[in-house]
Amino acid sequence: MPLLNKGELRALLERELPGALDRAKPTNPYGAAEATHHLEVVDTASDTMGDTSPPPATSEAAAERQAEVVDKEEPSVPPLSDDDAVVRAERILDVALFLRDQFGYNFLSRVTPVDYPAYGIIEVVYHFYRIEGGPGQVVRVRVPRDNAVIPSITPIWPGANLEERVCYDLFGVHFPGHPYHKRIYMWDEFEGHPMRKDFEKIGDSYYHFKWKGEGGEE
Amino acid sequence: MALVGEDMSKAPKNYDNMSDEEVQLELEHEGVLLSTVNKLYNWGRRSSVWPLGFGLACCAIEMIAASASRYDIARFGSELFRASPRQADCMIVSGTVTKKMVPQIVRLYNQMPEPKWVISMGACATSGGPFRDGYNVVRGIDLYIPVDVYVPGCPPRPEALLHSLITVQEQIDREKIKKVRWYQKGPVVEFPVPQFGAKGLIVEGITGVADLVGGVPRMMPFVSPALGGQGERHTDPTVLEGNVPKGLVAEIREGRADTNLLEETNAAAQ
Amino acid sequence: MLKTEELQINIGPQHPSTHGVFRLMATVDGETVVHLEPVFGYLHRNHEQLGEIWTYLQTITITDRLDYFNSMINEHGYCMTVEKLAGIEVPERAEYIRVIMSELSRILNHAAALGFWLQDMGSWGTTLMFGFRQREMIMDIFESVGGSRMMCNYMRFGGAARDITPNIVEQIQLFLEGFPQFIDDFERLMMDNEILLARSRNVGVLPKELAASYSVSGPVIRASGIPYDIRKAEPYSIYDRFTFDIPVGTVGDVYDRFLVRMEEMRQSHRILQQALEQLPQASGSYINQAYKAASKQQGLRPPAGEAYCRVESPKGELGYYIVSNGGNTAYRYGIRAPSLINLTALNDMCRGYKVADIVVILGSIDIVMGEVDR
Repeated sequence: MPLLNKGELRALLERELPGALDRAKPTNPYGAAEATHHLEVVDTASDTMGDTSPPPATSEAAAERQAEVVDKEEPSVPPLSDDDAVVRAERILDVALFLRDQFGYNFLSRVTPVDYPAYGIIEVVYHFYRIEGGPGQVVRVRVPRDNAVIPSITPIWPGANLEERVCYDLFGVHFPGHPYHKRIYMWDEFEGHPMRKDFEKIGDSYYHFKWKGEGGEE
Repeated sequence: MALVGEDMSKAPKNYDNMSDEEVQLELEHEGVLLSTVNKLYNWGRRSSVWPLGFGLACCAIEMIAASASRYDIARFGSELFRASPRQADCMIVSGTVTKKMVPQIVRLYNQMPEPKWVISMGACATSGGPFRDGYNVVRGIDLYIPVDVYVPGCPPRPEALLHSLITVQEQIDREKIKKVRWYQKGPVVEFPVPQFGAKGLIVEGITGVADLVGGVPRMMPFVSPALGGQGERHTDPTVLEGNVPKGLVAEIREGRADTNLLEETNAAAQ
Repeated sequence: MLKTEELQINIGPQHPSTHGVFRLMATVDGETVVHLEPVFGYLHRNHEQLGEIWTYLQTITITDRLDYFNSMINEHGYCMTVEKLAGIEVPERAEYIRVIMSELSRILNHAAALGFWLQDMGSWGTTLMFGFRQREMIMDIFESVGGSRMMCNYMRFGGAARDITPNIVEQIQLFLEGFPQFIDDFERLMMDNEILLARSRNVGVLPKELAASYSVSGPVIRASGIPYDIRKAEPYSIYDRFTFDIPVGTVGDVYDRFLVRMEEMRQSHRILQQALEQLPQASGSYINQAYKAASKQQGLRPPAGEAYCRVESPKGELGYYIVSNGGNTAYRYGIRAPSLINLTALNDMCRGYKVADIVVILGSIDIVMGEVDR
């Protein structure tokens, strides 16, 4: 079975599974200028993103790039990656099966949710690999934050079982079709999904406590 | 009784201006073994502190290393790690205490028979350690059960654990059989087992959530009875003064404060 | 025939044989396991969120606490990911140092894991002491290089924190000399033990096809007959320079996992010998000179983007997924924890066996709760 490149997978999906690709481009409502600025940055790094061999860049070049980035002002939202196949949530089962049966990507390495409140989406990243070896294949699903529903792939990929439960518990992504759709780490009575970016971060309240209310009256 | 070969020609000592313990020690040097029930009792206790085989996280591995051949905790009479809390004397809280685990720990502590001691091993069990800022981590097990000895380190070396064991033994040596709490009259104190709430743990007798996600804990650490505490929970939030604004203290004291207030103040602080 | 009734029993979270605070809800029919539901979260210490709060350099310290038996391999994987993200080159000597530490870590983990597993099976004390004796020797080496026994915090972006001195090389060589003797003794002690054979042969069988679809990795998948090892499947660091074999099992039972781990220790020994031989010829320093300064490490800001790297940890495939926004903390820091995913297959492995086998099968997966719950 031939190896697939990133672009190839997208073209293939377009031909073999029409309608599976997600063409909607989420935008950052907090400024278009900022978003384009990020895209510039990602171009320099994109050649080292897919392969796992050590990057060929020399240390001077790396240091230069480093200095370049430090000089720029700190961007708060990373750009959404464009070079992988972005799949519509309801077709993820088809695409996963297609990858496994047609191209032998038979090992699901990881299901990782990433929360992007600035774009209003949660991106779930599936990493597929081959047991025989070689580089992997990345498939992404983008769902809105307030209605994050992705069909579970556990019935055909049992390896996703616990990862999907983690996604549900910590990020609030629902997986209909999951055999045991319950919280995994937090207790059942807990409210909220603590790994979302807008979940209240704790900080050390012992030492950084400031009062801005009706202070002093006792 | 005199030992064979003991030099008996020494000048007699003046025992008048010595305390009882000093006299006892001096007599032991002379080969006379005198003892009190108290001392025998403490000697028995200190020489067989059986720990509960109870590992939480990373520190548990160093606890096992301390019981393995190189460090050999058996030299101090504590090699018998009991699987059941009913047979254990000493609980070594070895590792990060999460909110999901606290009810079990308090229940285990309640199940241990008196006399019992607690060693808080490592930074996590003492204060939350590197994970202190997390949403599921308790900032020290002493908020829920009294602790006798704290061991710093992440994780502490086995030698540090042995030192903490020796410290427990020293505390036992100071106990007086007439004053120990397990021979006193009165009801047996059971520590309230926290319940899971929507925002954190709910403890009986504490207003609102005890250790809420994103706020100050509503209670102070226990002071161990061996260190002069009565085994009571300090729920008076005035002890938090200096860290918490006065208005809030008044509200908590009068029971008016709710969990939202702390969240609001936190949000305002940010 | 008498009617039987299913019964639910609870094992853990405080149980001496669950390797930490792990809980199992077992449905049994008499002595036979019908269903097993693991309950997680008793050591969930929000590791991934801390990775988003702390800077890249600080995060190295909590990767140590992820799988606290092999802190070196955790650091190796994490540093590789950040280096890929930031485009940092690692000098050859640093790569050798990393491989040496990783393989020592693997031996440490397997020695301790087998000791624990055999202890669960009832050989109280002896085997654990055997395993921990080797562990203490490696701990001494780690202490020499890193300064701490368990949480070494030794690797840095672009290399390692300190060079290994000739003294330390001597120390490692001394350990390697005595190591084959240990393996042989261990094998003689356990391999033909009647009790071990009776309790582990044809117990907890995981067939080849199931193993792949369950995404299990490490010794568990190799014992099922699939030679899947990241060091060969997608070589990272300098693993393509060494000759070593990947042991695979034939049946996929608990005994095979034991044999695979024994053989892996031997292979690690082989890699270590080769690495120590080649170390003097390695070019470069122990760290990339451009990133030697502490301020450079602390202020590291990889360009926006993402990276996913996998390393072969003794438990299985350990992956780090980092999304950077160009700042000095990660935007998202995700971990593929092998222990967690290997547990997916636990229910299928235990079904149909006796209650007493649960602990043996669980021990053969070799889980660490710090990684399962993170």
